[in-house]
Amino acid sequence: MITVRNLSHRIGSAEILHDLSLDFPKDGITAIIGPNGAGKSTLMGLMARLVPIQTGKVEIDGHCVAKTRTEALARRMAIVTQRVGVASRLRVGDLVGFGRWPHHHGRPRDEDHAAVERALAAFDLTELRDRFLDELSGGQNQRAFIAMGLAQETDWLLLDEPLNNLDMYHARALMARIHALSREGGRSVVMVVHDINYAAAWADHIVALENGRLAFEGAPREVLTAERLSRLFGMEIGVEEIGGRPTVLHHA
Amino acid sequence: MPDRRLTILGLGLLAACAFFLFWGLKGPAGFILELRATKLAALLLVGAAVGISTVVFQTVTGNRILTPSIMGFDSLFLLVQSLMVLTMGGLGYVMTDGPAKFLLDTGLMMAASLMLFTLLMGRGRGDLHRMILAGVIIGLFFRSMTAFVLRLIDPSEFSVVQQVMFASFGAVDTTQLAIAAVLFLAVFAAIWKLAPALDIVALGRDSAVGLGLRYDRLAMVLLLLVSALVAVSTALVGPISFLGLLVAALAHEVVKTPRHVLLLPAAALIAGLVLVIGQGVFERLLGLQSTLAVIIEFFGGLLFLYLVMGGRRR
Ligand SMILES: Nc1ncnc2c1ncn2[C@@H]1O[C@H](COP(=O)(O)OP(=O)(O)OP(=O)(O)O)[C@@H](O)[C@H]1O
Ligand SMILES: [Mg+2]
Repeated sequence: MITVRNLSHRIGSAEILHDLSLDFPKDGITAIIGPNGAGKSTLMGLMARLVPIQTGKVEIDGHCVAKTRTEALARRMAIVTQRVGVASRLRVGDLVGFGRWPHHHGRPRDEDHAAVERALAAFDLTELRDRFLDELSGGQNQRAFIAMGLAQETDWLLLDEPLNNLDMYHARALMARIHALSREGGRSVVMVVHDINYAAAWADHIVALENGRLAFEGAPREVLTAERLSRLFGMEIGVEEIGGRPTVLHHA
Repeated sequence: MPDRRLTILGLGLLAACAFFLFWGLKGPAGFILELRATKLAALLLVGAAVGISTVVFQTVTGNRILTPSIMGFDSLFLLVQSLMVLTMGGLGYVMTDGPAKFLLDTGLMMAASLMLFTLLMGRGRGDLHRMILAGVIIGLFFRSMTAFVLRLIDPSEFSVVQQVMFASFGAVDTTQLAIAAVLFLAVFAAIWKLAPALDIVALGRDSAVGLGLRYDRLAMVLLLLVSALVAVSTALVGPISFLGLLVAALAHEVVKTPRHVLLLPAAALIAGLVLVIGQGVFERLLGLQSTLAVIIEFFGGLLFLYLVMGGRRR
């Protein structure tokens, strides 16, 4: 479980997160939803120690993020940020290989190569492994970075808008893949999702942020109601039950 | 694992060294060989220091256009030198020349460059335009300061400063060379140990932290090591602005992987090749003494323009 307690964050005079307290349950997928600028990426960055915590506390399976050695944390959680991109000319295979760094620190062994193969295969990247990143499409690029996070083989996987740039096929494949990992692989996933229908279809738990505060949280069936979503996004949103799942009709 | 490209570069460098040492050898061979060997050692040392420091600097700052010397490092060196001439007088300045001054130069350069880097790194990583702008402004500032100090200097002492304005491999002191070599080896050993981590640093801060690297501390350490290398080479032969850019670009082009265990030796070897062949051709074949630095600046400058114009940013 990841526990967040009394987390506040300010940049300059702007308060981005206000005294946020919530839990991310282990085993399963938690989707973070909320309007642009709600503080979703900021929360992720704080949980993954990319940004130092100012006030409050984050614990991951009982280990305080601020106090645990960063090398050890890298074997517990992997993060793929919203804005990825590298300055150097990298091949897909090399990039995914870097995901194994926390386990070998520069001297890859057989098990590391095997993990890279698995991650490449999982994201349809085996054929692209020798291509340079700047010669890929946006979606292929996105998949390469997620594969790198997957190759890290950590208990926790934090993904900031992983569905960006992905076509329907690959978005669905990614969600199915993550779902399988969380069921059979014993991994827990926290992801920021903008398409509520993906969250409704695949997530076990929903966390909604609004202006740096918790708007609501709970199981998708319970919290994804027309009333709550309309208030969260400030627009008229219809929710219908289709195939036993809440389905958002935002074009209605 | 000996990489094929590195082996070829290494053999090429050996051949270049042999050409430099033995071509047109006549007269008192022992004496001339000793002179040439000293010069050769200086060329190789400076090449390795410039090549390696530039590759590391570009990896840490996440760009392929800026180098420590383009960031105004050379102008800082000139400023310090002209200030010394101003305060001590030309004669005093020449008198201080020796191991002590060399160490002082190196120390000063390290301190100053570290300040410069941290100032720029503060929030700037990835913000290439801001860094280029800052680099140009700082360089300009140091240059105008130098010009101002030069005005204050007695015209008769001006030639002393002029001598250090361009890199020169003409008269390298063996004691200084030995000190420089020891410093270089120590710094290189440290960088070599960090070579695999440099591959991760190249991914950018977020990815590197996510993979468990102590990024901020590591970046500081790396910049400190870069300052030491640049300081050693600048204090030894003077400023060479564009050599690093030229060499780093060539190294990336030759090695074609982001792995620093290959990139770093490649940069050192290529820099050695450029300097040894360049100096050899100028001295042995053309009988010219001090034009190599100018030629390197010319081609390096062209490459810089090409890169800035957006030829190949990655
Ligand atoms: N460096 C910064 N300086 C000032 N404000 C910032 C900075 N970074 C983020 N913010 C502000 O913090 C707030 C939260 O940003 P954050 O990136 O966490 O939003 P988000 O929920 O991830 O949004 P999105 O859905 O657009 O990705 C925004 O209002 C943003 O403008
Ligand atoms: Mg975001």
